[in-house]
Amino acid sequence: MSPLIQVKNVTKKYGGLTANNDISFDVAENEILSVIGPNGAGKSTLFKMISSFTPTTSGEVLYQGERISNLKPHIVARKGVVRTFQETTIFKSMTVRESVVVAQHLRAKASLAGYFWGSKTAKEDVTAFGEYADELLEFLGMSEISGEQATNLPQGSLRALGIAIGLATDPKVLLLDEPFAGMNHDETMRMVDLVRSVRDERGVTVMLVEHDMPAVMNISDRIVVLNFGEKIAQGTPSEIQNNEKVIEAYLGSADDEIGM
Amino acid sequence: MFNVSAKQLTGVGVFLFAIFVGVPLIIGATGRWDFYFTLTSVALLSIASAGVWLTFYIGRINIGQGAFALIGAYVSAILVVKAGWSFWISLPAAGFFAALVAILIGIPILRLRGVYFAMITLVLTQVVTLTALALPITNGAKGMSSIPLPSGVSLFGIPILPDFAGMENTKLAFYYTACILMIVTYAALYRLVNSRLGHLCRSMQQNEELASSIGVNIAYIRIVIFAISSFFGGIGGAMFGSIAQSVYPSSFQVVDSVNFMLNCFLGGLGYVFGPMLGTLVLYFGWDLLFEFGKYQMLIYSTVLILIIRFLPNGLLSLRIGKGGDK
Ligand SMILES: Nc1ncnc2c1ncn2[C@@H]1O[C@H](COP(=O)(O)OP(=O)(O)OP(=O)(O)O)[C@@H](O)[C@H]1O
Ligand SMILES: [Mg+2]
Repeated sequence: MSPLIQVKNVTKKYGGLTANNDISFDVAENEILSVIGPNGAGKSTLFKMISSFTPTTSGEVLYQGERISNLKPHIVARKGVVRTFQETTIFKSMTVRESVVVAQHLRAKASLAGYFWGSKTAKEDVTAFGEYADELLEFLGMSEISGEQATNLPQGSLRALGIAIGLATDPKVLLLDEPFAGMNHDETMRMVDLVRSVRDERGVTVMLVEHDMPAVMNISDRIVVLNFGEKIAQGTPSEIQNNEKVIEAYLGSADDEIGM
Repeated sequence: MFNVSAKQLTGVGVFLFAIFVGVPLIIGATGRWDFYFTLTSVALLSIASAGVWLTFYIGRINIGQGAFALIGAYVSAILVVKAGWSFWISLPAAGFFAALVAILIGIPILRLRGVYFAMITLVLTQVVTLTALALPITNGAKGMSSIPLPSGVSLFGIPILPDFAGMENTKLAFYYTACILMIVTYAALYRLVNSRLGHLCRSMQQNEELASSIGVNIAYIRIVIFAISSFFGGIGGAMFGSIAQSVYPSSFQVVDSVNFMLNCFLGGLGYVFGPMLGTLVLYFGWDLLFEFGKYQMLIYSTVLILIIRFLPNGLLSLRIGKGGDK
């Protein structure tokens, strides 16, 4: 079977700085693949190129054999490759449920005009969106906070909301940028289980960037390691834990520790 | 979202009764016929303000609505005077032309946000004024005057709209026309805001990056909204020209564009009917302060600043409270 996502010789330069240098790897369908590396290694940049939030300087990203880099973010999202954000990125004055409802608009069957006139299909859409929002929030264990204004949520729930919004689009591939940031150990473990069930029960292929090494080792099928914009290793969690280059890269940086 | 509560229906009923029956009765009783013109102006200005409010809804401060009102007024006048069109066909044509111009201008400028977008729109009115002065078809500084009143319309021999020129009381006819247009505008605006397009606008207003990550084509929606906004401006302007029976390069100026924006602030950006109330209050407020002569502007500005300072969500927030009817 051919891989779902192919990152091919991708390079990103910001002026004189090379944030990603000639990165290549594949992601298989139904895989959970983590991208790790010290701060500034270029992980978020890589995700931004995969989701077309920023163009590549050279190289390309293929999804089902089709190029998805250097397009527009909404086009890539519509193809089923959806990212979440490292920084808190929410619809401030919407409730959790409203955010999840609006994120489903891609699935709308009725046209914008149909909604304007209140056509039958539009009404069915609206009902379906509401039902799916409730189902999704239940699945994510967020039912109790579904009526909360996004700005009133604690950090951990904000991360979960970001994932809920991404999932509501019904993606084939979900790119999670530091989904466990700001969560305590228990929350992280719950989230790890959740991400795994997103893959298992919803058939979503997951790519994630994370600094929490125990969580990464626990959740990943495979790991790609970046350092200073270069891919220095890839492999299974145990391969990565024993990789000389990786250990060196992490020992070289003060604030990270590879969980062994 | 498709259902209207009984309370809302009553509110709409009372409002319709007031403007279509109440106002004419009061004006008839008091003999203040000049009020028709005032209220007609308020209705038309609130149509243009509705457009500005809609651009606020995608997170853009639009201080250029005067430009589109002026375009609409000229397009209608030219079609009626030079091409002999019926005013009633020139009216939507004026709206569509304004929308077309908005699309062409919007493609480059809608990428800008915040103060940058506001600044560019601020010069638009002046640009259109200068264009009207320069073009032969707009008659330059002389403008277009003696525009004939709207003629009657009949379909298959059945009269649908009366001939305004043959009427005794054109003031009342224009008043009714303006009110109907205003109601259609706000009904459309209300539906739009409460439909999917409105929800997408809201998502863009709150976070454009997140909106595009969930597949919203933000560039497209920005253009669509700006076009609809300018359509309203064009309609308002065209109707104004028809009532005044004239259009000049100075018919709409930068200060009008600023007022359209203030109407929205004053009424409340969170409320669909905010700009309508804002227009009414601002228009009458300005007139009432006429007594104060040279202090008119000073008092007016001070009151405005105080309102915006102490009622950041507009006048309607007083009545509806937190949340309100979106
Ligand atoms: N828009 C930009 N303009 C210029 N430089 C940028 C830009 N975005 C990122 N960079 C630089 O590119 C490098 C990689 O950044 P990136 O955000 O991809 O790192 P990261 O691996 O996600 O780091 P972190 O773990 O801190 O999130 C950094 O040196 C960063 O300063
Ligand atoms: Mg990052």
